[in-house]
This record gives sequence, C-alpha cells and structure tokens, in this order.
Amino acid sequence: MNKKHAAGGSVFHLTKRSSISRKKAWAIRFAAILLSLLVCAVFIFMITKQNPLQVYAGIIDGAVGTNRRLWVTIRETMTLLIIAVGLTPAFRMRFWNIGAEGQILMGGMMTAFMMINFGNTIPSGLLLVLILIVSVAAGMIWGLFPAVFKAYFNTNETLFTLMLNYVAIQIIDFCIVYWENPKGSNSVGIINAGTRAGWMPQVFGSDYGLNVIIVILVTILMSLYMRYSKQGYELAVVGESQNTARYAGISVPRVMIRTMMISGGICGLAGAIIVSGASHTISTATAGGRGFTAIIVAWMSKFNPIAMLAVSVFLVFMQQGSIQIASQFGLNENASDIITGILLFFLIGCEFFINYRIERKKESGEG
Amino acid sequence: MTTPYAIELKDITKRFGSKVIANDHVQLTLKKGEILSILGENGSGKTTLMNMLSGIYFPDEGQIFVNGKEVLIRSPRDSFDLGIGMIHQHFKLIDILTAAENIILGLDGPSRLNMKEVKAKINELTGKYGFDLNPDQKIYDMSVSQKQTVEIVKVLYRGADVLILDEPTAVLTPQETTRLFKVLKNMRDAGKSIIIITHKLNEVLEISDRVSVLRKGKYVGSVETRDATVESLTEMMVGEKVSLDIERTKPQGVEIRVEVRGINVRSHEGVHILRDVSFVARSGEILGIAGISGNGQKELLEAIAGLQEIESGEILYDAPDGTVSKLSEMKPEEIYKLNIHLAFVPEDRLGMGLVGSMDLIDNMMIRSYKDGWRPYVDRRPPRKLAEEVVEKLEVQTPSISTPVSRLSGGNVQKILVGREIATSPTVLMVAYPVRGLDINSSYAIYNLLNEQKQKGAAVICVGEDLDVLMELCDKILVLAGGRVSGIVNARKSTKEEVGLLMTGGKGDK
Repeated sequence: MNKKHAAGGSVFHLTKRSSISRKKAWAIRFAAILLSLLVCAVFIFMITKQNPLQVYAGIIDGAVGTNRRLWVTIRETMTLLIIAVGLTPAFRMRFWNIGAEGQILMGGMMTAFMMINFGNTIPSGLLLVLILIVSVAAGMIWGLFPAVFKAYFNTNETLFTLMLNYVAIQIIDFCIVYWENPKGSNSVGIINAGTRAGWMPQVFGSDYGLNVIIVILVTILMSLYMRYSKQGYELAVVGESQNTARYAGISVPRVMIRTMMISGGICGLAGAIIVSGASHTISTATAGGRGFTAIIVAWMSKFNPIAMLAVSVFLVFMQQGSIQIASQFGLNENASDIITGILLFFLIGCEFFINYRIERKKESGEG
Repeated sequence: MTTPYAIELKDITKRFGSKVIANDHVQLTLKKGEILSILGENGSGKTTLMNMLSGIYFPDEGQIFVNGKEVLIRSPRDSFDLGIGMIHQHFKLIDILTAAENIILGLDGPSRLNMKEVKAKINELTGKYGFDLNPDQKIYDMSVSQKQTVEIVKVLYRGADVLILDEPTAVLTPQETTRLFKVLKNMRDAGKSIIIITHKLNEVLEISDRVSVLRKGKYVGSVETRDATVESLTEMMVGEKVSLDIERTKPQGVEIRVEVRGINVRSHEGVHILRDVSFVARSGEILGIAGISGNGQKELLEAIAGLQEIESGEILYDAPDGTVSKLSEMKPEEIYKLNIHLAFVPEDRLGMGLVGSMDLIDNMMIRSYKDGWRPYVDRRPPRKLAEEVVEKLEVQTPSISTPVSRLSGGNVQKILVGREIATSPTVLMVAYPVRGLDINSSYAIYNLLNEQKQKGAAVICVGEDLDVLMELCDKILVLAGGRVSGIVNARKSTKEEVGLLMTGGKGDK
C-alpha cells in the first residue's frame, strides 16, 4: 500500500450536488436556523449568565411583546422586504447593484426636501403623492448612472454603485447643514412634528399601515413582472447571457438601463417609506446598512417573494428582539449586531451544504 | 513477474447524483510505452474516467494502480506527483504570458527564478520529441495548435510519464494533426504512455496501438488496433450495426438566396476578422464552410444574421417571391422575420441561442416572445413547440419544464436546432450542429439538414469534421485567415485539397 495516500482510515471529500429536492434543501435551512439559535443561546448565556430560555423569551417580548413593538417589527420587515424586492430585477440581470444604500438615501433626501419645503404650501394628500413620485425618480437617477456607464462603457457596476453610496452620504451631510433643526444640533430633527405634513397617514389604526400596503403591493407587482412580463423575460435572458440576448434581438443597453431604473426607483421608494412613513427625519444613517442586508435577503430567498418575506421577518424579529435583551441585560448595542451576525453566518453557510455534499470514502483494499 | 501496467483501473464507478452513473465498474489498462485510444460516444464516460486519473473527480468505488501500486488520487497535485498529466480540450493558458512562463506556472521552483535554465530545459524537451515551440512567444500570438503544444510541453516539463489528451485533434487541421501524431509517436518511442480520448475513428486507427471502448458508462472491451476496422469499432461503440451513409440528394430548384459581396468585419479590438468575403448561397443546396476554428466562420454567419456589424460590403437576400432586401442594413429581428434562421452551437453549447437556467418552454420563445402587443408573455405557443420538438427529435428530458442546463449536450443541441428548423426557414445557418453528439443523433441532424435542403431552404453549415462536410454538402467554402481561400464542389474535391485551402493564404510561421 502506498503509505502516503493511505494514512487515514477514511477520506472526506466534497462533491457538488447535481440536484437536491426542495424538501431536503428546506430541511437543511431549518436545521441551520435551529443551530444558529442554539449558538446564539450559548453566546448569550456566556455573557449574561442567564437562562437562555429566559433570554429567548426576552427576544420574543422585544419583537412582538407590545402592540407598538409588533408594529415596529412589521415596519422594519416591510422596509427590508421592499429593498430586497427592489434589488431583485437587478440581480436577476446579474447586475450587482450594491448601491441600494445610496438609492435609498437619495429617495429619502428628496422626501425630506419635499416635506421641509412644501409642508405648508401643498395639501397633504397631494404632497404625499408628489413625495412618492420624486423619491422614485431620485432613486431611478441614482440607478441610472451606473447602468448607463455599464451599458455603453462596460464599467464595473459593483464599484460604481458602491462608490455612489458614499456620494449619497456626502450629499446628505451637505443637506443637513441647510436643514439643521434646531440650529447647531447637526441633525434635521423630526420634520413637521407639529403639522405632520408629508407624513404617511394612519391606516388600520397604525402609523405604519400604509407602509405595509405599499410594500405588499410593490412586492406582488414585481413578482408578476418578473414572472409574466416580456420585460421580465428579457432581463432574465440578459442576465444569463448577453450573447443570447443579442441573438434574440434584445437591446442589451436598453434592458440594462430600464432594469436599473426600476431597481433604483424601488429603492428610492424605500427611502420615502423610511423618511415619510417611519423616521420622519433624515440622516446619513437613514439607510442603516439595510441596502446590504437586503442583498442577503434577496439571494437567500432565490428571489422568491414569499421566501423574501420569511427571511425578512426572521432577521428583523431577531434584530428587534436582541435590541430589547441588550437593554434588559445591560449589554451595549453591539450585542444585537453579534446575534444578527451569528444568524447570517449560519443562514449563508447552510447554502454551502445545499450545493455540496460531504462524502466519506472507506479505504478500499485490505491493508 | 511481468512488468506492471503504467496504469490499471479496476472496477471504477462514479455516480453523479443518485440516477446518473457516469462510469459503471470500468476496467482499463495502459501499458508502458503505448498509445491507447479511449473511444466512446459523447456521454459514454470517457472524460469522467480520465478526470478521475487527473484528480478532478474522485471515484465512488474501485481501485487505481500506478506502476502496480494502488494509489489514491484526491487532487490534481496527487495526480502530478504520480506522473500523470492531462491535456484538456479547453486550454488553460494565460494569454499575456509567454510559453515558458505558462509552462512553469504553479511550480515550486527555487526562490530565485532562472528563466534561462527553464528555457534550456524546454528547448531540450521540444528538441527531443520534435515539437516546434518558441519559449518566448506570447500565448496571444499563437495558433491553436501552438497553444496545444504549450499544454503538452507543460505536462512533460512537470515530468509526466503518462499523458492524457482529451480530443486533441478537434481544433486542428489535417496537416497539424499529422504533425501532432508524429510527436506523439516520438514520445511513445521514448517510453511515455499516452491515452487519447477521441471519437474520430480514422484517427484511432492511425495513431493508437490499442483501443478501449466505453459505451454508456460501461467498459465494452479492448482490441489491438491492427485487428480493428472502422465498422468493427463503430459497432463496439454504438452496440449495433449502423450505416454511416448520408443520403445526399441532387440539388433541386436552385436559386440564389443570399449574396455576400465583399464584406469586411473587424472585432472590437480592431482585428480584421473577415476580409473581402464574397459568395452566394442557393436554395436547395447545402453550402459547407470549412476552416480552422476561429478563422471567421462564426462572424460570417453572425454578419448574415445581423448580429455582427460589418465595416464594408453588403449582404443581399433574394426572397423566393423575387423581392430583394439588403440584410446588411437590417436589424436581427427583421432578418429573422424574413425566415433567415441561425442556429449556432458554440463551444459551451449554451453561450448563445439558449438560456441554461430556463426551461424548454422559455427557451422556445426566445425568438418569438415579443409577438403580440401585450406586455405579458403568452407561454402556450412555446409550450406546444417544445412538446413537438421533444417528440420529433426524441429529446431525452424529464419534462418540458426542466432547465436546459440539466440536459445532456446532445439533447440541448436538438432543442436548439429543432427550434430553428421548426418554422421552415428559407435560409438556415447552422454552426457545429453535431458538436459533441453521439453518432445516431449526428445522423439525425444531418438528415434534418437534408430535409430542409429538399424543402428548398438554402442551408449554410459550418462544420468541424471534414469527412462529414465532404459527404453532406454540395459545395464547400473554405475560410483561411478571414479570406475565402476557395470554393470547391464537394462531390469532386478531396479532403487533402480542402485541408490545403484551410492553411492557404495564412502561411504557417
């Protein structure tokens, strides 16, 4: 026997799965969620020395314990979902739009602009409609730049969209100087706190009811667009192979620009929902990294809208819950980030086991 | 005790997923200093088997012996350490580096690189076996056959005693093939053991000492080449007697359909790809286009289909009703509507014409999804078409909702060609229509082309296998260096004549 190769009793190696049943894939994902909760529990126990079950009760309490907390969780879920929905067409076209942050900020900035400047002059209903329009337009423009450059000069969209995030942050910084309220606070404060002009009205007895309606509507429309429209078909072809697209008579630059305008527009709308429908203020942290988290949501869900909703709910639930336990057990805010990190680690890691299988080969021969 | 085999495989089994058995208890022996051909149709498991020797796959069952010792090959590095080198069909070279730099790439040398020594060693190797290679030449300056030489020398430089070549002649002209075979024979005589994977029977008979045949993942048997004939090998490969005749009918209703007048095409980088190309394609005829791959065949067809911008010249289409249109000024969609269809089978099969992740239905509508004014797509007609193609061409697929990337190459090709033929085009252009197909499927495709010809279509066919082009086509146009180096009558010309035209005008450095 060749000693060098026969050292161990058995050999592990990885094989790519040719296919996997949907049931099995979801079983693996479910196992990953359980594992992540377990590791979180160990982690929480290590730093708080509390009974993990109690801590989990705290998480649930934090996420849905009161009516208000429940609505905040719903609001945050919807925000994450609409951004993921916005990213969907771009990613299906293999256009790596990691500039959702910037597109959200530009949408949010235009929303704040409308609220501050026209809050007293335009009637509330009309103002809200205008806000939605200009925020979408702002996001579209922010998505248009990288698309045009990619379509005509083949620039790298990843770098381009990423850099535009920083441009957007700088623009917001600049605006804060003008919109500062009160002076010297270096923040915009709650806009139109007294008049509520440009705020999304209450629906279902909640401040965030309209958010839900808009997001669900956009999600359904996007899902129909992707599945049944000619444009949705076109962008999928472009994503798969530009050669094939050209062969099919599809104008690749046109599809690229159109799709990125849709993607940016929805992200801009998300900015309006955050500013007009939730925070009523604007800062450089308005997007808050959700433009990146949404990438994970979209990919993990394989762009399936129901799955995107489920993943958003899970992530936001844990995030909101861990904010609660952080204050309950006197931890700082980073604890919640760590917990989110653990969850994502397992959720993304499990995709590896969905694509690959570990095999064990017994040593053959008698030696 | 007899000398041990250079390589011996015992009961090698490899499965992909639970259903596909790529290799089913395969036995194989390679003697020292022999050239062994592994023959089998596409999908018979030749490449999978060799990939297990080169460390890319790991067998599920079975044993591998090298020089009589059992070994475990877990990675390409293990394979190298055992003196096994594989030359893949697709070269793995870095364009901007020189031959010598590519050859030493990835080797642990001394920390201070002495290129002089490296080149001396390379020259020694090339001199010994009769290669023609300049170590300082950049890869992007090389012809396909020179690149192949670099790959072979790379493997030899690493001290391989066993060389595995995967379809080495697929990209070569007849003359280059002859040269390659001479070098391989020199290597054999110097004691190297060589395995050639191929499905070209004539070459098997010409080069190898022994032939091992695989069929559907199973080992069929081995024969000494001197005892074999084309017929006996085919029978072993296919498992039954097949007739290898293409029924070539006399052209009928011959009219000019497409006139190409002096077109010039440049690539994005400004390289002159087609130079003053002129010819006519006629209805009721099959016009073959021969040439070493990469000599403008693809661009020529794309230019006619409107997918390639032309610099000068014009392309005219004479419709059966007498109207003349200028294709060179039309968009791809408009040309398609004139019933001029292009089925291009690229090397990766899915690169153009089909979308791998989409199912059969969505792939059927790739050229027709725009029909109608509605903003949403109607999937009923493509569904019907998909069902028809599957039934008519006997496509093996779990269902018409299966992504085409899951299907085998042959089936993918049938879908592509089937879709383009389905609408009875007046001009049908196909490139490499049988690339990678098994013998029966290949002949099915040839028959389809003949059927189109008899229906009065002008068929233009870019092919790789000269023997087949000579049998299938009525006329053969030869491209060399982007120029038309000749148009010959396929019934009267010889393979040698066409082979000469293929290199003509270019001049081998």
